[in-house]
Amino acid sequence: MNRKHIDEIEKQMKLANEGLPEEERKFFADVIPTRVDPFNKYWEQFLNWARSRSLWMLAFGTGCGSTELRPLMTSRFDMARFGIFPRPTPRQASVFVVGGYASIKTIKRIIRSYEQMQGPKYVIALGSCTINGGMYYDSYNTINRLDYYIPVDVYIAGCMPRPEALIAGFNRLKEKIVAGECEGMNEYTDKFDWFKKNQKEIIKDWNMPDYNW
Amino acid sequence: MEQLVKRINGMIHLKAYNRQRDDLFFITVEKSQLELVLSHLKNNEGFTHLAFLQAVDFLEDSKFQLTYMLYNYDIRVNLGVKVLIARDKAEMTSIHKLWAHAWQYQRELHELFGINFPGSPRVEESFVLEGWEEMPPMRRDFDTKEYSERTFYQRPGRSTNDPKEYMKEKMYKNYAASPRIRRDDE
Repeated sequence: MNRKHIDEIEKQMKLANEGLPEEERKFFADVIPTRVDPFNKYWEQFLNWARSRSLWMLAFGTGCGSTELRPLMTSRFDMARFGIFPRPTPRQASVFVVGGYASIKTIKRIIRSYEQMQGPKYVIALGSCTINGGMYYDSYNTINRLDYYIPVDVYIAGCMPRPEALIAGFNRLKEKIVAGECEGMNEYTDKFDWFKKNQKEIIKDWNMPDYNW
Repeated sequence: MEQLVKRINGMIHLKAYNRQRDDLFFITVEKSQLELVLSHLKNNEGFTHLAFLQAVDFLEDSKFQLTYMLYNYDIRVNLGVKVLIARDKAEMTSIHKLWAHAWQYQRELHELFGINFPGSPRVEESFVLEGWEEMPPMRRDFDTKEYSERTFYQRPGRSTNDPKEYMKEKMYKNYAASPRIRRDDE
C-alpha cells in the first residue's frame, strides 16, 4: 500500500461530527468505532460465563416501562440475586434497559448513553413500544422500531411487562451471552453508517458528536 | 358566584357564562378584554392561582379556544376564562406579567399549536420537540399517522381487529347467540 492509499483509508475512517461547531470538533472522537473480535474459543467462553454473572444495568428510565425497574431493583423481586446491579452512569454499565416508548428527544439521549457504555454491552428492549410502536404506533413523536437505531439483544413483549417477565428476559440474555450470541456492539460497528443514517433521519437538530466515547 | 359574574358583566361584555359544577365555572370573554378580566380576577376577586392555560383547536370554525383556568383558595372555586382567537396567524397577548409561570404554558402552546405570544420570554425555544420542521403537531389538520408512516420504520405483521366483532367472535360467542344472560333456574 502506498501513502496515497493509506491517506484515503484514514479519510474514510474520519467522522464528520457535523453537529458540532468547528472549534469543538477536536474535543470529540473523530474515528469510527472498530470491531472487537472474540478471543479464542475457550477463553471467550470463560469470559462470557463471567460476563453473564455480573450484569450492571444502566439505571436510565427512558419511558413508562422504567416504573417496572423499581420493584425489580428493590426487595420484592430483588434482581441482585441474579447478579444484576443498577449503575448510575453509562461508563460503568453493561446492560441498557430501554423502558418503553422512546420519543425523538429521548432517543437522542439513548444513543449518547449507549455509545458511552463500555463494551461488551447489551440492550434489552422492554415493552411493545420498542418492538413495533405499541399503542403509540401512529404518534408523531415516538419511534416504532428500536433496532433501527441501536442493536437490540432481547425484546420483552407486553404493555407493561411485569418484573417476572423482566427477570425472564434477563435470564434469556444470560443464556445468549453464554452462547456467545450477543454481538450487538460489533453489529453496531459493522453497520455504523446505516445506524447513523437512520438516527440522523429522525434527529433533525443533530448537535452532538457522531460517536460519543 | 352569580354576583361575581354580575360585577364582571358590568365591567365588560361577557359572551357566555356556564356553570358546570358548584365549584367549576366558565366565562367567555372578548380577546381584547382578556387581560383586563384576568388582572381584575387576580387582584380584586382572589383568583390568585393560574392552574393551566390550554388551547382547543376548532378546525371547522377556524378558531382556537384558549382556556385560562384560575383558582380561588378562599372560596375554593375554579373559574375558566375562555377566549376565541383566529386560527390562521394565531396571536395572543402574553400574560407572563400577571403570572410569571405562564411563559412555560405559552412556550408549549407556541410549539404544539403555533400560537404566537409576542413578548413572552423564551417562547421560541423548543419544548418537547427538538428540531421540528413540520406544522405544529397538535393542530387537527396535521395527519400524525401519515407522518409516522413516512418517518418511522414500520414492523410488518401488525394487524388490528374491529373491537366489537372481535369481542363477539372470541369472548362472547354464547352471549351473541342469545343476548340476554340466562339464569340457572330458567
